[in-house]
Amino acid sequence: MTNHFELFGLAPSFALDAGALDRAFRELQAQVHPDRFAQAGDAERRASMQWSTRANEAYRLLRDPVERARYLLELHGVDTGFDTDTAMPGDFLARQIELREALEEAKHKRDVAALEAMKRGLAASSRALQAELASRIDRAQDYAGATGAVRQLQFLKRLAEEVDAAGDFD
Amino acid sequence: MALFQIAEPGQSAAPHRHRLAVGIDLGTTNSLVATVRSGIPTVLGDEQGRPLMPSIVRYLPGGAVEVGYAAQSRQVEDPKNCLASVKRFMGRGLRDVAYIENSPYDFVDAPGMVQLRTVAGVKSPVEVSAEILKALRRRAELSLAGDLAGAVITVPAYFDDAQRQATKDAARLAGLNVLRLLNEPTAAAVAYGLENASEGLYAVFDLGGGTFDISILRLSRGVFEVLATSGDAALGGDDFDHRVFCWALEEAKLPPLPPRDTRMLQLKSREAKEALALHGEAPLTAKLSSGEFIDLRLTTETFCRITQNLVHKTLGPTRKALRDAGLAVEDIKGVVMVGGATRMPQLQRAVAEFFGRDPLNNLDPDKVVALGAAMQANVLAGNQPEGGDWLLLDVIPLSLGIETMGGLVERIVPRNSTIPTARAQEFTTFKDGQTAMSIHVVQGERELVSDCRSLARFELRGIPPLAAGGARIRVGFQVDADGLLSVSAREQSTGLESSISVKPSYGLGDSDIERMLRDSFEHAREDMHARALREHRVEGERLAGAVRGALAADGGLLAPEERGEIDRLLAALEAALPGDDARAIKRAAEALNRATGSFAARRMDEGVKRALAGRSIANLDL
Ligand SMILES: Nc1ncnc2c1ncn2[C@@H]1O[C@H](COP(=O)(O)OP(=O)(O)OP(=O)(O)O)[C@@H](O)[C@H]1O
Ligand SMILES: [Mg+2]
Repeated sequence: MTNHFELFGLAPSFALDAGALDRAFRELQAQVHPDRFAQAGDAERRASMQWSTRANEAYRLLRDPVERARYLLELHGVDTGFDTDTAMPGDFLARQIELREALEEAKHKRDVAALEAMKRGLAASSRALQAELASRIDRAQDYAGATGAVRQLQFLKRLAEEVDAAGDFD
Repeated sequence: MALFQIAEPGQSAAPHRHRLAVGIDLGTTNSLVATVRSGIPTVLGDEQGRPLMPSIVRYLPGGAVEVGYAAQSRQVEDPKNCLASVKRFMGRGLRDVAYIENSPYDFVDAPGMVQLRTVAGVKSPVEVSAEILKALRRRAELSLAGDLAGAVITVPAYFDDAQRQATKDAARLAGLNVLRLLNEPTAAAVAYGLENASEGLYAVFDLGGGTFDISILRLSRGVFEVLATSGDAALGGDDFDHRVFCWALEEAKLPPLPPRDTRMLQLKSREAKEALALHGEAPLTAKLSSGEFIDLRLTTETFCRITQNLVHKTLGPTRKALRDAGLAVEDIKGVVMVGGATRMPQLQRAVAEFFGRDPLNNLDPDKVVALGAAMQANVLAGNQPEGGDWLLLDVIPLSLGIETMGGLVERIVPRNSTIPTARAQEFTTFKDGQTAMSIHVVQGERELVSDCRSLARFELRGIPPLAAGGARIRVGFQVDADGLLSVSAREQSTGLESSISVKPSYGLGDSDIERMLRDSFEHAREDMHARALREHRVEGERLAGAVRGALAADGGLLAPEERGEIDRLLAALEAALPGDDARAIKRAAEALNRATGSFAARRMDEGVKRALAGRSIANLDL
């Protein structure tokens, strides 16, 4: 089976041209989507559904930086160990705890400005981690060394989702 | 907009034969049917040229029905048997029905879905909807002078699996071949986008008679990609009517009213509400059966005050949809307004204020959904669309998951996943020697099972008795392009595989549908055999056409013996089609279907290769 990068004709790398991914995804769906096979035989319709499902899954994965990094590491035989609780750097954890407390407070006070500021801060940290990942994975090919950054990125992603959800006051 | 080129799509209609296909907007208040004629999407009117059909069905003693305006005019006189807004009951239990105390209907609590008692017997909302669809089908067949090859039926984007399944069942019951269930805001986006050659990020805000949807789409080079959708499947013009009705009861200090008066006052409330769009004030006058007169004036100010929180209720989902799409209001290029209830000035203002721009009202909000559905039906029927190909990529509105220990939900497919989609998750046993596992499928965003909608329960048996946590059960969810779910479970720790696959059903099984078909007034007179023959013929013709097209496009992929076999079976099917042996046609079609299985897979691979070949290596960032 072709891997997700091959499916879209893209080179396997963490730094990905989002526009090229979008285009490749749409071109592929234009060929395989069930709407193109509404008048076809059962076998073709089944195949179309499978391919279209596959394209959606691959696109979802590659678009998301955490999933993309994990997938790349997996392709190189490195397990990111999301299920096992390996230790995170102490200062990172301390910062996470601080941020969570700040989130609770902002939620409690319905402080939209504070939530916005948190969102911007998280986006900036996430960009920095992504730059680090691009350099480790794409340039240094240090896959095992990238796992820490991937896990940190995952933490930030979860927190960002919680910050987003906290904005729904009604 | 610039459209992408497609070498040879999987559809393969014979070049000149136009297949008759329609789009149907099955609305809470109004339903419409539209088609693409000579390249132009058009709503098909009734004999008097009226485009809308009120979604009202009246049952008469003996089982005859009146649908549309005829039923509408009898509402006050016969409130129990004139069923309106049944879309709100589709896939819903008695507990979910709003304002039951002010409803003239005689509800019957039934497992899966509420039912209604009429003079013609107890009716499921599915049967009532089927009457509306049948009337629209007749309208279309009369004005197009032929049998329909298929129909696209629209549903609110926020409809859950139960509501979608109920809609599809209604269409089957009406004898329609459902080409696709299409989300209403997506249909509107197609009609709007193709008409205006739009590119960029758009929001579609659809407030109809009974439902509210908000969808965020990216329109780019012929692809309509839904990024996120949200809404409220029980918020619409009906709720605004209800507020006016309650206000009138209170102002006039009325006791609880008999059904006729209730219905009349509800209709008067709606009239007054609609009049306010043009005038600052509207009269609400009525003579009750007691002889008492009501003489009230509804002002814009009062109306805005009593409906303020309904307007506000549209903004939460709007915010959520934007957030799920990862966008801010500034990113949105235009807000397309759909649905009759968006005519309310205070709603227009609220939307304008939220998005910081005036919404787009340049399409008829009543017709745009049906027109978009007709365009999609035209493409799915295999007719070449005017102005090039386009593609829809839609999402599911609500997360799907299963119940785990402690009544918690384990999410398997998150909301706003692009469809078709498949996801799987592994579970394990919690007791030593456990040999069965019951699986409870739910839909919704909440953590607790009790706060989500229950879709199906089934049991996986034959799990080998192992220590707790020893067995590995893989539960797979597949959501198809109609947004409908099927679930499978498989034990995979040992060679002894037990597996099960279910489609949730909501009190209506295939046999119920068959029975309803047999019982229905129309089909009692229609020759069942003729009906089966017609269905198999349509299906057989579709297959023969598809295979001919596939051979013409990719015949080179076949070895000579394979080609010979397919040619032989195709000829056999073509020979059987004109005959009147329904079973022979079915058998010939099945044989051809089987023989073309691997050819289909190879063609698909070629399609994928073609998609990749279109890109040059030069612009890949290595
Ligand atoms: N001028 C108006 N002012 C206010 N409301 C109006 C006006 N015209 C129509 N409506 C309301 O629009 C609603 C019907 O809209 P529409 O026909 O779009 O709904 P529908 O498609 O049947 O319902 P849904 O899409 O929710 O299933 C009714 O509640 C009607 O009262
Ligand atoms: Mg509507």
